[in-house]
Amino acid sequence: MRKYFKYLPLLALGFVACEPELQNPIDEPGFYTAGEADFSTYVALGNSLTAGYADGALYITGQENSYPNILAQQFAKVQETNGFTQPLMADNAGGLLAGGTQITSNRRVLAVGANGNPSPRVYNGQATTEISNILTGPFNNMGVSGAKSFHLVSPNYGNLAGVAVGTSNPYFVRFASSPSTTVLADALAQNPTFFSLWIGNNDVLSYATSGGVGTDQTGNPDPSTYGPNDITDPNVFAAVYSQMVAALAGNGAGGVLINIPDVTSVPYFTTVPNNALVLDAPTAASLTGFFQAVAGIFTQGLLAQQVPLEQAQALAAQYSITFNAGPNRFLIDVPVTQANPLGFRQMTEEELLVLTIDQAALAQGYGSVTLTPEVMQVLGLLQQGGQPSQAQAQLVLDAVTAIVDKDALDKEELENIAVATQAYNATIKAIAASNDLVNIDAMAFLNRLAMQGIPYDAGTLTSQFVTGGAFSLDGVHPTPRGYAAIANIIIDGINETYNSTVPKVNIGEYGTVTLSNDVQ
Amino acid sequence: MRKFLLLALCALGSAAVTYAGGYRVSLQGQRALAMGHTGVAVVNSAELGFFNPSGLVYLENKLNLSVGASAVFSDVVYQNEQFGQLHRSDSPVGTPFYLYASYKMNDWLALGLSVYTPYGSTVVWEDDWAGSHLVNNIDLQAVYIQPVASIKLSEMFSVGGGPIYVTGGVNFNRNLNRTLTDIDGNRTNVTVDATGVSAWGWSGSMMFSPSEKFRLGFNYRSEIILEAEDGTAEFSNVPNSPLTPFKNTSFNAALPLPAEVSVGLSYQFHKKWLFALDVNQTLWSVYDSLDIDFADPSIPDSENPRNYKDSSIYRFGFQYDASSLFTLRAGYYYDESPVQEGYFAPETPRNDSQGFTGGLSLNLNDNFTIDASFLYIRFAEINASYDHYLENGVAVPFSGTYKSSAFVPGLGMTYKL
Repeated sequence: MRKYFKYLPLLALGFVACEPELQNPIDEPGFYTAGEADFSTYVALGNSLTAGYADGALYITGQENSYPNILAQQFAKVQETNGFTQPLMADNAGGLLAGGTQITSNRRVLAVGANGNPSPRVYNGQATTEISNILTGPFNNMGVSGAKSFHLVSPNYGNLAGVAVGTSNPYFVRFASSPSTTVLADALAQNPTFFSLWIGNNDVLSYATSGGVGTDQTGNPDPSTYGPNDITDPNVFAAVYSQMVAALAGNGAGGVLINIPDVTSVPYFTTVPNNALVLDAPTAASLTGFFQAVAGIFTQGLLAQQVPLEQAQALAAQYSITFNAGPNRFLIDVPVTQANPLGFRQMTEEELLVLTIDQAALAQGYGSVTLTPEVMQVLGLLQQGGQPSQAQAQLVLDAVTAIVDKDALDKEELENIAVATQAYNATIKAIAASNDLVNIDAMAFLNRLAMQGIPYDAGTLTSQFVTGGAFSLDGVHPTPRGYAAIANIIIDGINETYNSTVPKVNIGEYGTVTLSNDVQ
Repeated sequence: MRKFLLLALCALGSAAVTYAGGYRVSLQGQRALAMGHTGVAVVNSAELGFFNPSGLVYLENKLNLSVGASAVFSDVVYQNEQFGQLHRSDSPVGTPFYLYASYKMNDWLALGLSVYTPYGSTVVWEDDWAGSHLVNNIDLQAVYIQPVASIKLSEMFSVGGGPIYVTGGVNFNRNLNRTLTDIDGNRTNVTVDATGVSAWGWSGSMMFSPSEKFRLGFNYRSEIILEAEDGTAEFSNVPNSPLTPFKNTSFNAALPLPAEVSVGLSYQFHKKWLFALDVNQTLWSVYDSLDIDFADPSIPDSENPRNYKDSSIYRFGFQYDASSLFTLRAGYYYDESPVQEGYFAPETPRNDSQGFTGGLSLNLNDNFTIDASFLYIRFAEINASYDHYLENGVAVPFSGTYKSSAFVPGLGMTYKL
């Protein structure tokens, strides 16, 4: 009997063929092709969108779902690559610590309040990412949250000493190869065979999210004089952009240049409608009456200053605002000018409110009028034909609580943003064309997301805040599903330009907003 | 290098799913298996205790004993070309077994006991793989214990059968959907576990033997529904949110072990050669839906349509008495899958298959025989999908290309006195 047992190993050898094999397995070389591209060493440059920032913070799972990481995973299905490293945060809370003190907020999560309604709140987990704990690179994902175009070529942008005074970036401090290096230098040191560059968003976005409180620096060629919320001069943008692309593409690397979306297409600006002042008929009538009173008082004031009656009435007419039952647009502050001496007006249709506006205050009269009993008293006096005192007249004018600049984007600010964005995108398109690089039209993509949405296997991805699936809880940065959709349009562009067949991802397999009631 | 690693993994015994359509495991005797798992009309050994109890009375010896086990090396590979996804199951080796004993009380009556494992499934996918919202892993086991009686009504005709006691259990894990995670990105999943579930059924059979050389057989084994009551449902990585009220609870579920009808013949066409032909029909249409009813009312019940259809298996085999020492066997079968189009779920990724079998008996002495068999199951590569997974009320098909393989060596022993 024994002699038969010795054949058992032979039998076992038979089973090594037990792995089922497909006729055309995708992991065989040659199933997909890189075409004329070489994805061996892919380096991504950019800002928070490239870093994988979401929900108002950078955290591990966000980074894992960054579009460069998604791209790198798909590239690795096409050819052997050298891997893709990211400067991962220490946790999924997301806040940064400097010397143990938290300097940026934790991520937001969707929490259900006592009233049963879900809303974005700040996660209460302990932040543990200390920026002085400097990581050893190199890192393929060179996305630096908060960076503007010119920051990528600014020495000392990763210098810990500059964080406190605002001359450097705490996110870059964490993984800069030296305090004096630049983002571009650290990227080039990796000799990328393929790169992506998505920069310029913050050159308009910080102006936009701050409600346009910064300055449009168009015409000012010196970015060292810019404030954090300013619009970058398109010529400055063009200069640093062409410098970066020349360096990155210089040794023949292929790459992707992603343009700047219309920053006002994101939920940060489209969630709070500018006509959310919903009134019943009596309230509308009393508000209309109030502003007739304002116009009247203002006319009286002008007459007292010897302004001719006709001129005074013409000037005051703009304050006699009519309110109707139903939705009405809010009032915003505008600069005091001769044409608008009181410095407020009703919003126009295209003007926008920011997501961070105090919506409780809006319900209490912010954006219209705060009708105190004292003000009502004066109004009553006026209705009876009485003559208010100067103090009483001032009380009425002061009751107007128009929306302040930081909470709104007015026509002029929107125009500044649009003009700068168009100029940046013209530069990106021209540079992509002259360097034979892929030009990804992120503007068209985000517009499509905002207008009709992107269909996928379980529905339609839209820009709707919280429920649309594309945008995270900060209203500006995408969710993993949103980033995956961006990765897909980049893959389309790459495949078209380089005759490659990089497979896309199924965006339905990527998550959206994170639920948690562990909130501050 | 990759190939080598695969081989190494494989040799470690990575594999093992199942075997026949659905979760039917046709490995109920090494002698029968070596002949294409035919046996409803073969009078040969105590394996009749499964294949056709009525034939036991025709066995020459008073006491007949057959025991054995198989090692199932089986795996599945899944790929989706569109998204570049490729996953291999990494299932443990399955070890179905059997034990049959019969004792001839007198010329017309034989009694026996049969223990066998006709249903089972073990599939282990990589956690969080592309189909993890349908299954991460499943382990289904059922042991049939059956006292049998065989009564010879005439020289040519016998009947047999007996009650079946089944004890079984299931352990099943899947992710709740394609995207839900806790704050750290760990996928939310549920494990349902039920053990010691028991149920009763029966089998009845007949054998018609116009001559010693030619026999016809019929066997019916009843449907048995395993009703898991108060199994445990354990939820993991659930976000702390009132929107995801998944707390550990108990569940009820019913898993059918379908009835099977077998008819067949055997013909000794030469003194050394025996031919056997069986047709089985498994009444899979009872498996309409796998519904898990959670006790906690705030947790929605899980309904998973299966919509299996009755399916047939066509088998034949030969036996050759090579010498007094060796008996050689070979066989073939064609196994129709009960899975209908659009219902191809990766927990039992079965399509039509062909089984190639072989084996031998080593007659050590008048009493002892060693029985060895080998089964290779060939599955065609198939493009298939499961179209009945819903996300927010929208059906989201899970589709791709599947290829399964199975290698099943088995060893047994026959004793007669």
